[in-house]
Amino acid sequence: MSYLSLSFTLLFVVVSLVLSVWLRLGVERDIVIAAVRAAIQLLVVGYILKFVFASHQTVFILLMVALIIAVAAWNARGRAKGIPGVIWSILIGLVVTEIVTQGLLLGIGVVPFQARYVITITGMIIGNSMVAAGLLLNRLQREVENGRAEITAVLALGGSPKQAIYPRLKQAIRAGMIPTIDSTKTTGLVQLPGMMTGQIIAGADPVQAVRYQLMILFCILAGSAMTSIVIGFLTYPKLFTAHQQLREG
Amino acid sequence: MNEVAIHMADVGYQSGDKWLLQGVTATLARGRTAAVIGPSGAGKSTLLSLCNLLRTPTAGRIEVDGQDIRDWPVQRLRQKVGMVFQAATMFPGSVEDNVLFGLKLHNRPLTDAGRLLELVDLPRELLPKSASDLSGGQQQRVALARTLAMEPDVLLLDEVTSALDVHAKREVEETLLEIRSRLHTTMLWVTHDLRQARRVADDIWFLTAGRLVEEGPAERLLVEPATAQLRSFLAQAEEGEA
Repeated sequence: MSYLSLSFTLLFVVVSLVLSVWLRLGVERDIVIAAVRAAIQLLVVGYILKFVFASHQTVFILLMVALIIAVAAWNARGRAKGIPGVIWSILIGLVVTEIVTQGLLLGIGVVPFQARYVITITGMIIGNSMVAAGLLLNRLQREVENGRAEITAVLALGGSPKQAIYPRLKQAIRAGMIPTIDSTKTTGLVQLPGMMTGQIIAGADPVQAVRYQLMILFCILAGSAMTSIVIGFLTYPKLFTAHQQLREG
Repeated sequence: MNEVAIHMADVGYQSGDKWLLQGVTATLARGRTAAVIGPSGAGKSTLLSLCNLLRTPTAGRIEVDGQDIRDWPVQRLRQKVGMVFQAATMFPGSVEDNVLFGLKLHNRPLTDAGRLLELVDLPRELLPKSASDLSGGQQQRVALARTLAMEPDVLLLDEVTSALDVHAKREVEETLLEIRSRLHTTMLWVTHDLRQARRVADDIWFLTAGRLVEEGPAERLLVEPATAQLRSFLAQAEEGEA
């Protein structure tokens, strides 16, 4: 696709703008920002990937993976600014997820250690894990606010912070995992997932594309579960003080 | 066994920039009941929550059984110094689940839940019922039974009857007095009801604006208050009761 034909697709943005103005939705500014940001980010990433793919340097692959994880962690942290040091829990959760999923894929030889596989698959797994982390943290904070009396009652009986928060933590971990589970259930029926679509457009055999997509779906499923569980268990102690008191919200 | 259950020395508590309590020094002897009285916002509930380390004092020290609360293993301190709140929190499950909740937390041998219910004047037939189906007064007594199951030496009572109607209030109060005479439990009882304070207290701790203004035997303080603040508080409270 040439830049000229790409520029024609800007018409879709114009349609959204016109609709927003016409119906006074007030989202024109956001639409323009979103379109410009998406264009700049993707073009920059495209050129960076081209360079990394051509360089065949392991260090660049690792740097890209680190960058993806850092941006995802920073983004998820926005959901839980009130929890001190939560960025470290998120980073550990995402790194564990990356190591386990990629380690397995590379270890059993499903994909080779090449930039075009490692970076793209990392992007998909960490992207979904980031969403799971955000949902988990959001829900955890809400659960704690709503359950303050119950948590305090357990602490007052001499229960540990873990005993006090566990029912709430379980709900939050579920909240982090459920969207991935639901979208996995309906995949192919409601929407054709991105990786598969891309491969089919690029001319790949649909059945081969499906195999890759299934691999990704399973990785994403495991990734969101691991991320939610690791971050959940690393984060809940930060909600309590050294004297086992629930911190003020 | 130490004859002093709780001793506070120059205790202060700061939240944000504000000192909610300052310079509180008081002693509660074993087996006695002190009613903590004072206007709203005086710091009564805050003072209570310092005693089992649900909040940590910013200044001074609080001793339970002669040992600074910060030196106690927190979970042991909270079993020894039990607390009952204004609004009884029921955990999901039956009345029996609720009564035995604390014992199960600590893997302690389960006592007869029915006997604990009878201790708080509830029939053991309630055991299999869902705790959320009970009335407010019954829930408050289940919460009390749950705390008593831990066999605490000290009970912190934070306006435990203020959310109840007159009838339930008297019942819960009588239950507590009965428990005190049977188990000799030391009690620190926050109440905004002066008549209740008269009925239950051996000692009075009068707090206002975060300071313990007067402390002493109830029969003296409630009859001959030494400070203008307590005199005015008692006069206002009596006006409200009239």
